[in-house]
This record gives sequence, structure tokens and C-alpha cells, in this order.
Amino acid sequence: MKKVTQFLVFSSLFISMLLAHVSLSAQNIKPDADNAGLTLPKGFAALKVADNLGRTRHIVVNKQGAIYAKLERLDNGKGVLVLKDTDGDGRAETKTSFGNYIGTGIAIKGNYLYAASNKEVFKYALNDNGDVVDENAAATIVTGLIDKGQHNSKSITLDNAGNIYVNVGAPSNSCQEKDRTKGSMGMMPCPILDSAGGIWQFKVDQLNQSYASGVRYATGLRNVVGLDWNNQLNQLFVTQHGRDMLNNLFPDLYDTTTSAELPSETMYAIKKGDNAGWPYVYYDHIKGKKMMAPEYGGDGVKTVDDKYINPAMAFPAHMAPNGLLFYTGNQFPARYKNGAFIAFHGSWNRSPLPQEGYYVVFVPYENGKPTGKWEVFADGFSGKSVVKNPRDAQHRPCGLAEGPDGSLYISDDVKGTIYRIMYQK
Amino acid sequence: MQRIYLTFVVLFLFIAGVSAQTNNKLVAASFARGKTVYLQRCMVCHQADGGGVPKLNAPLDASTAVNGSDVAKLIKYIVKGFADRVEIDGELYSNVMPAAADLKDEQIADVLTFIRSHWSNKAGPVTKLQVKQTRSKLK
Repeated sequence: MKKVTQFLVFSSLFISMLLAHVSLSAQNIKPDADNAGLTLPKGFAALKVADNLGRTRHIVVNKQGAIYAKLERLDNGKGVLVLKDTDGDGRAETKTSFGNYIGTGIAIKGNYLYAASNKEVFKYALNDNGDVVDENAAATIVTGLIDKGQHNSKSITLDNAGNIYVNVGAPSNSCQEKDRTKGSMGMMPCPILDSAGGIWQFKVDQLNQSYASGVRYATGLRNVVGLDWNNQLNQLFVTQHGRDMLNNLFPDLYDTTTSAELPSETMYAIKKGDNAGWPYVYYDHIKGKKMMAPEYGGDGVKTVDDKYINPAMAFPAHMAPNGLLFYTGNQFPARYKNGAFIAFHGSWNRSPLPQEGYYVVFVPYENGKPTGKWEVFADGFSGKSVVKNPRDAQHRPCGLAEGPDGSLYISDDVKGTIYRIMYQK
Repeated sequence: MQRIYLTFVVLFLFIAGVSAQTNNKLVAASFARGKTVYLQRCMVCHQADGGGVPKLNAPLDASTAVNGSDVAKLIKYIVKGFADRVEIDGELYSNVMPAAADLKDEQIADVLTFIRSHWSNKAGPVTKLQVKQTRSKLK
């Protein structure tokens, strides 16, 4: 009898372990019949984890599979959402919220959650279940960052040495004396770079840091929204939104087509002290050159060969790379491992040509370097075959996160949809 | 007497008709010139459909201010630009509106005439004189 009981206990334990495993595995989660409206490479499937959440910007998934999403507009007075899938079907059944500030950046490192407003970075302790211990006990680790409306979102990522990296976007298009005003020339040197237009580094274990106590880790970056720490290379990577309106500001030098196609959107591998050259230069991926900006004497022909770093990758203009994620999971086929996913929010600066972007791309890496090629990975967010006007897009990809099982999560900040992409062969 | 009266009425209606027609033609010409200004100077931000860019550039189509009676305010936005962080029809827009002070009075009247009566907008035209008067007070 004792043996039978023992057998029953063990077998039920085994079965429940098996079930637990099954419920976590993407192989057994049923995707949406229409793949959540997305077009994906063969073998991939998608579902909507949650919908109509509001303006979900960046997202992060904890080890238990719960999603934290940062909101750009408060929902019932709260700015951080917590979504949980309680029955293992891949869809979120519960939604809670905390934090009375809007913002973009959110990240988890070790047992801490970090979330950014447009001026500050807050830190919350997580318990063993990956839940925030006390939602009202936010430690302010960074404060007083510039927020002048334009390019004010703060994105964050962390290294493995106790540092956090924060983007401070330049509240300007090209550092003209009069912003975005036809014919106005660039300020020399650009005074904005003292407190914006770069990446600042702070300590994770110190409170109330600001410009004086932080390090300007990299400069000459107009507006970075996607940034991620590459753990394989132990290096910071960022995606920059390139400048706007070459034709409107300097119609004698650039026609509307050139202005729609240039400058490149860029991804940089950053080392401490790097300068990417904004506002003095912009990158031209067609020529493969750094070009002197027209506000600083450029004419569409003059190049700048020294001083500034080259991008690791360049993309067509104005597509707005809002999310960057190095994929480290094992669920996707091997070629995706250690490559980069980039969420392109979609352009507005290309009219009268059709807009571009509104999709998630994959950048393959080989031996720690991008191969130079990129491919559209997930498309169909906008719900249109061609987006002529930005307000027509039904969804716009913004944030990226990797789940504990290697699923890729994508947020949309128009309607607040969270997508989950799985490989199911 | 009655005849003379009738002649006057007919004559009046004729003149009113002709001047309305002339006025329509003038407004149509202003609208056409305004479209050219719009394409060169406004469209990149406010878009071909006048819908702006969510969260960045305010829409002109169906905008309360654009369709409103305070034309002087619209003229001021074009001449002086607009950089205040205010809600427009319940939404914040983060890009600045640059000043287009190089535009002539007539060009400003034209582009406002175009904007106020294009897409779903149905507000009245703006005249060169209105722009001139408003502008002189701005300096």
C-alpha cells in the first residue's frame, strides 16, 4: 500500500511538473488565427497578449513571464502596467498598475525594476516572484534631466558593472539658432550638447544623481530611443533618430526626394567618450559617408571623414527606431541568437513620398558584428499596405522584450497592444 | 414707378451676383496659391491629409482653432511660430511650430484660406488685409 501511495505521489508530481513545463512552453500556446494581424517569417506565429492598454512604450518581461509596460499617458493616474498570464494560455488575464508618472524607459536587472519618467529614473525592489515589493517605495536614482517636450522620452539599459545608461534627447532638430526655421544656421558650438544629445551613465546604487554626478558617456546623438546593453560583447548599442526637414530648411540644397531618403537612421556601437557628430554631421547610407550638415556649411556634397564615429548599421531615413533588443534566447532558430531586433515606429518626414517603417526588423550578427544586411521580421502593424499619413496607422511598434522562454514581445503605443512572437516550426 | 423699382432690384441682384462670382473666383485663386504654399512649407509636418503626426505635430483637419473665428491667432502662429506646451483639442504635441515670417501677407492669407476650407474644414477665407492689420500689431 505504501508503495502504491508513493508511486501515486511521485507520478502526480511528475505529471504536474510536466504540465508546468508545458504551460510555459511556446510550442503549446495557441497563436491567434490571424497571427495578430502580423506577417512573419515561416515557422513564426503571433498572438495578442493584451489590447487597448493605452500608450505602451517600452516593455520588459520578468523571469516568471509577467510583463511590465511603461505608459506615455497615465491610465487611471498610473504609469506602469503589470500584466500576468495566470492560466498559461499566453494571454494576460490580470492587469494592475502603479507609479504616478508618464515615460518610456523600463528595465529589469537582478532583483530590481527600473522605470523612467521624462526627467527621472526610479528603482523598485523585486521579490522572488518577480513582483514589486512596495510600489510606493520608489528610489529616485536619477533626477533633473532635461524635458522640453521635443525628444523628451528617456530610455534606459543596464550593464553588468552597476551602471545604468539613460538617453537624453536633444530638444532640437539640428541645433539651429531658431529650431526648424528655414535658413536659420547652427549654433557653434552647439550648447545643447552640455545637457542633452547624448547618453549619460549613472550608478544604480546612488540616489538623486544628475548631470554633475553622472558621466556623459557618449555625445553627438540627436535622439536615441532604442538602446540595449549587448551582454555578449559587453557593449552599449543605440539607435538614433536622424534629423528632419533637409528640404524644408534648405530648399536650395536638397529636393523633396533627397529629403525623404536622407539622412540615415543609424545604430551605433558605443564606447565611452564616443561622439556620433550631431548636429554637425549626418549620415548618408547611400554614399556611405558622414556629411556636413547644411546648418554648419554643408551642401549635400561635403563629407567629414574624421572626428566622429561611424554607425554599425544604417537604415533608410525617418523610420524612427524606437526599440532595440539583442536576442539571447534559444527558442528562435540559431541565426537569430545574438542578432538585433529593431522596432521602427514609422516615419512622418517622407511626404510627399509614402511613409516607411511601421515594422520590426532583424539585423543578423556574425562574430560580434552586424553582417550589414537587415530584413523585415514582423510587418502589418499599421493595418495598411502603404501608410501615407501617420494617423492612418492602426498600430505602431515601439518597445521590444524577450520572455524567459525566448518569445519576443512587441508593444504598440497607438492602441496599446502587446504582441508575442513565437517560433513553432 | 414700379418699373423703375423693379429695374433697380434686377440691377442690384445682377451686381450682387457678379460680385459674388468675382469673389468666388478670387477665393478659388487664393485657395490654389495657398495649396502651393502648404505643400512647400507646411505639409512635411502637418501632412498631406492635414492630420498632423500623433503626439508630434498638431492636426489642422477638424481642428477647433483652425475652424474658429479667431483668425488673428492663426496669423500670429504663422508669423511668430508656436513653442508652448499646451493641449490642443485634448492632446499634447512636442515639436515646435517654426515661424514663417518670410511669407508675404498674401501668402499667409492664401495658405490660411486653403487650410480653413480643405479636408473636412469649412471655415471662411482669410484676406490679405486681415493679415496686414494683424501683422502690424505683432511688430
